[in-house]
Amino acid sequence: MRTRKRRAGALTAVVLSFMLVAAACGDDAAEPEFGDLGGVVVPPQGAVRIAALQAISGAVANLGADQVRAIQIAIDDFGPIEGHQVFLSIEDDLCLSAGGNTGASRIIADTQIIGVVGTSCSGAGVPASELISQAGRVMISGSNTSPSLTSTGNLEGNPVRADNWSEGYFRTAHNDEYQGDGAGQFLADFLGVASAAFIHDGDPYTEGLVNQARTAFESRGGTTAFFGAVGKDDTDMRPILTEVAAAGPEVLFFPIFQPAGDFIAKQAPEIAGFENIQLMGADGLLSQTFLSLPETEGMYFSGPAGRSSPEYDAMVAKYQELYNEPPVQAFHAHAYDAATLLMTKIAEVAEAQDDGTLHVDLRALRDALYATSGFQGLTGTITCNEFGDCAEPRISVYQNLDPSAGIGGTVGNVVWP
Amino acid sequence: MAQATTTARRRTRRLNPIDAFLWLIRIVAVVVILVGLTNSLTSGRLSAQQWRDLMVFGVSQGSVYALIALGYTLVYGVLKFINFAHGEVFMSSTMIGFFAADALARSGMWNDQPIVSLFIVLIVCMLTSTLVAITLERVAYRPLRGSPRLVPLITSIGASFFLQYTFAGLFGVGTRSWPQVEILQGSWQFLGFRIVRTQAVVILAALAMMALLYVFVERTRTGRAMRAVAEDQETAALMGIDVNRTIVVVFGVGGAMAGVAGFLWGLAFQTVFFFTGFLPGIKAFTAAVLGGIGNIAGAMVGGISLGIFEQVGPSAVLAGLGVEGFNQLKDVVAFTALVLVLIFRPSGILGERLSEERA
Amino acid sequence: MSLTAAETTELLPAREVQLDRAVRVGLIGGLTAMFIVTSGMLETFDLRMIVDPILSLGYVTLMAAPFAVGYVAGKAPPVLEGYAAPSVGARNVQAGAIAGALTGAIYALYALIIHVLDFSSVFIKLTEQTKKIVTLDMGAGGVLILALVMAVSGAVGGAVHLLERRWKRAVLYSAFWVVMFGLLEVLVSQIAFVRRISAVKELLYGTDAGLTLIGAVIIGGLVFAAYYYLDGRVRAATRRAMALEGQQRRRFILISLGVAIVFLAVLPQILGPFLSEVLDLAGVFLLMALGLNIVVGFAGLLDLGYVAFFAVGAYTTAILTSPVSPKWSPELSFWTAIPFIILAAAAAGVMVGTPVLRLRGDYLAIVTLGFGEIARILFLSDALKPYFGGAQGMLLIPDIDIGPFTIDDSISFFYPIYAFVILFAYLSYALQDSRVGRAWMAMREDESVAEAMGVNIVAAKLWAFVIGAIFAAIGGALFAHKIGSVFPESFAILVSITVLVLIIVGGMGSVPGVTVGALALVALPELLREFAEFKFLFYGTLLIFMMLNRPEGFIPSRRRARELHLDEVEQDAWLAQAAEQDPAPAE
Repeated sequence: MRTRKRRAGALTAVVLSFMLVAAACGDDAAEPEFGDLGGVVVPPQGAVRIAALQAISGAVANLGADQVRAIQIAIDDFGPIEGHQVFLSIEDDLCLSAGGNTGASRIIADTQIIGVVGTSCSGAGVPASELISQAGRVMISGSNTSPSLTSTGNLEGNPVRADNWSEGYFRTAHNDEYQGDGAGQFLADFLGVASAAFIHDGDPYTEGLVNQARTAFESRGGTTAFFGAVGKDDTDMRPILTEVAAAGPEVLFFPIFQPAGDFIAKQAPEIAGFENIQLMGADGLLSQTFLSLPETEGMYFSGPAGRSSPEYDAMVAKYQELYNEPPVQAFHAHAYDAATLLMTKIAEVAEAQDDGTLHVDLRALRDALYATSGFQGLTGTITCNEFGDCAEPRISVYQNLDPSAGIGGTVGNVVWP
Repeated sequence: MAQATTTARRRTRRLNPIDAFLWLIRIVAVVVILVGLTNSLTSGRLSAQQWRDLMVFGVSQGSVYALIALGYTLVYGVLKFINFAHGEVFMSSTMIGFFAADALARSGMWNDQPIVSLFIVLIVCMLTSTLVAITLERVAYRPLRGSPRLVPLITSIGASFFLQYTFAGLFGVGTRSWPQVEILQGSWQFLGFRIVRTQAVVILAALAMMALLYVFVERTRTGRAMRAVAEDQETAALMGIDVNRTIVVVFGVGGAMAGVAGFLWGLAFQTVFFFTGFLPGIKAFTAAVLGGIGNIAGAMVGGISLGIFEQVGPSAVLAGLGVEGFNQLKDVVAFTALVLVLIFRPSGILGERLSEERA
Repeated sequence: MSLTAAETTELLPAREVQLDRAVRVGLIGGLTAMFIVTSGMLETFDLRMIVDPILSLGYVTLMAAPFAVGYVAGKAPPVLEGYAAPSVGARNVQAGAIAGALTGAIYALYALIIHVLDFSSVFIKLTEQTKKIVTLDMGAGGVLILALVMAVSGAVGGAVHLLERRWKRAVLYSAFWVVMFGLLEVLVSQIAFVRRISAVKELLYGTDAGLTLIGAVIIGGLVFAAYYYLDGRVRAATRRAMALEGQQRRRFILISLGVAIVFLAVLPQILGPFLSEVLDLAGVFLLMALGLNIVVGFAGLLDLGYVAFFAVGAYTTAILTSPVSPKWSPELSFWTAIPFIILAAAAAGVMVGTPVLRLRGDYLAIVTLGFGEIARILFLSDALKPYFGGAQGMLLIPDIDIGPFTIDDSISFFYPIYAFVILFAYLSYALQDSRVGRAWMAMREDESVAEAMGVNIVAAKLWAFVIGAIFAAIGGALFAHKIGSVFPESFAILVSITVLVLIIVGGMGSVPGVTVGALALVALPELLREFAEFKFLFYGTLLIFMMLNRPEGFIPSRRRARELHLDEVEQDAWLAQAAEQDPAPAE
């Protein structure tokens, strides 16, 4: 009995020391021909792998699910790269910083993944962009809008790197600074209203946007009649709407998401005194299910310019055909552009080798993304600046004139500029 | 009862600093609320009509909470555990109800025969949630009868996840919107209150269901069996009551109430998606505790008070104190009110009823 | 014991496998198969290969249904005292086959129905792609093939019972691990010797996702051999180790401790960054779980708003260490911030604890839940934005420095987190046997009696809240430093619920149980990431399943198990013993 135990002990020791040695030897697989960030070798007949890091569960699952579908469509439309299929790994960012952290860790653990389309939420983007960037990979988001991820001070004309800027981070979504400013201008200059009410939902995106719009509006002489917030999962908006009605603004700007946006739009007509208050939302509400509500007729929406195009309509049609429902959220076009941009740049820098492998230099990929200029996407012309902001800094305002015309109808009605 | 008072008195004498502290909290709370109220009411920010509107909103939101709270209260009263999945039972009925309403709207019947259609959808909602509740009991709770109370709490959390993501899987994660009911558009005037018709229906239906349930529990044979099982399962079994059957009835009735709540939700709020049940579930549970858990009238009182606290509270108290973004803090008001009520009355507004020995 | 008593009397005829039960479980299997199709699982999992190129996760999931019902249907009812053991034979296979065939028939019928009628406006996951996968893209013939495979799969599930216990375990586990290895490719390839030696990885996984055929055979063979060889030996070895005495025992404990420390020291290096990340997260939750274990497990105060203290810790450290905290930023280091975190947590503990002193049971639960929500909303609110950053959160929380080392990635964070875990686990043990610990136990059993016996209830309750709050706050602070930013959304009710689930599933009141629970249940969703949007569906199902099978938790506290259901635990032990004495009725 004693001998057997000793034997087992010896065996454990051998195994442990083997593990130690294995753990200690360095990774000698560094490829000499790649730049300082290394590269990815796609095996012959292997797939070019990219990942989606999106919120696909929890209360905001529709935000991520919508973008994942758009990315799948983009991959399908783009086709293979140098004969290699593109394969998408899907990770959940839970719309939380911790979720972004683990999701990104898992993505970078897979050395075959070249780039990431994500995250859904800015909060998840902060840790994720840092990790993915450090690992040499790139990340393009279709719905992070927080200035802290790229640059601040854009409106004053001297943008500076924001606190959480990372070198490998890009986005096709807007920096909040532009849209907030555009919305404020529209309210003051185009509609010419003197007083407005603002509501956000405690999301970093909507809170930033509303504050920016308020600043722009007030700097043009407008007064803020009411400034308040709801919770993302609130359902009865009548009390806050009563407060708005009592404050008597001419416009209510609530650039929030569904389902909270639905409740505001639906309950506003029930409130006495709301007959003369114009409703206005932003791109977070530019979705089929919201626009088809009869109560949203006549509503304004701010959003990136150039949304209406035959290509966009074709993409929406394909979405409906593949997934049996119209787009369920507002950022599918941004995600589509992010994925297409990523694949275009991968195709640009990928070098097919004689042995059937495909070499992708990550430094070259990053440089190529920074060099993006005049790329035509569904959300307009995409040009990346040195902070990773790629969306065209041009804001339009659309009006929903016919709820039955759906999203295509609304983005076709540009009322400003 | 007398014994309880003596223990309470004995404790009071010994724990003086704590009591002093609790009294301090009570006094500070009352003062803060009074200052806030006075400021808000005298500022003239809202008209009298608007204050009345807020009250109506509170009552109608509270009625929905109350209906869901009934399910918690019944199950709690009989089995003494928190059925966390009850919010999802409610969600299932609104979701399936949506498909029924949508199909009726597409066929044109929704507008041609509104009363008949509403009745059909109501039945669909009630059947769905009753079925879900009974299945839950059979699969997740019955095998655990007799385990410590926290064990079925965990299976109910598991069931809650399961139901949420089952619905997300089957019907997608997007939001869906119930069609509007033409005859319920517009509002009624009543004693100076302006009530939107859907809300009037919500309030009336909730009151009616509550009264029906009360009669059912207090006056019928099955209701008596329920109370007996709540009191003592083993003795009830000895008295010839089929405990299993009675518990199924409890879940079924709680589910049916959630079904009515789901139906009313569809009328009043319209929008539904797979996460719709979570927050109302938690609020309803809060309402049940606020009124005195296990007590049917308590669920009603608790639901309506909670509705009023969260709908009127921010405007009435916080606005007067000059808090920025006060509407955002409505749940803070609701939960603070709960804490205060329980400091004043440790077993809820009306106390526990269904099983009295636990007070 | 009782077995011998039973042998002397006449045995009643055995309770055989029932075929009508097979029909019932077959119906459930059919419904499950329908659900797998309708929820879109089949389509989502179709691209994920388990064994490349023959088996995708989609079909594994689909075939698991008839296999499971076949297994259940073919299983003989438990042998009751006084009954003969049922014979094992064709009847088990027959029952399994019936259940499997019924599942297949329902599946086939459903497949035909969805091709004829269009439900896609309601069940949106019934896409064209799903319809193709359902038929193997071969029309009615494909459906027939799949239905037949299901029947066979059910029969195989029933036939498993024909095997001797040792074989049965080895076969089932090798199949299970092949699927797991296929599923967890990213994780397995992270482990040091797979990561470093590319030959191993290529042999197992080839170039694309999923195991290669050779890899599947190797894994299956290894697991089979391990289970077959180790069966019974591990338990015997543990028993021997437990029986050691005196000098030997001390030496054994010292050696195991040494091995454990070395193991913990190299663990993150071996596991690589991603798995270390998962362990770190589990560690943070473990800190909270140890704290909540004191509040709920020791003192019996059901707290559903425990996340509030976690948030207090995270925000305190954020304010004190971040250079951009909005109101006031002293830019302390993590270590100098700790005393302040402890103070803040203790204050929060008293703040929550005092008003609820008089409340019992579920009133306490809902009030604490309220406090959790109040904390989150206040941190989020515009009103307190000048102090806590509101919706935009707090950014740029620095890394932790330990002497010359900077703790900045998942591998290095492992060490401080688990150092605190060990410290807190030790404190938990110490507290359990202390004076206040005994006061908690007494209070948990019966507050009035405890008070009558002279236990100071107020002090005991407040201590429980304060100590629990400190544990959670340290967890929150480490979490904030690890992520580098704090957002109010990280402190939702779900966190409180998760922690409560951890300690109950692990075994309430027991420190090892809570540890295992935290590691298993935080790691679980991360491992289930492979199931994408169905992650929580599986998580919920597993929760129900675990509670139904082990209501007392993984490792119940001995004291608690005794209190709660002594009889059941004893009966389990008796059954296990009986099973050992009377292995596989096949012979």
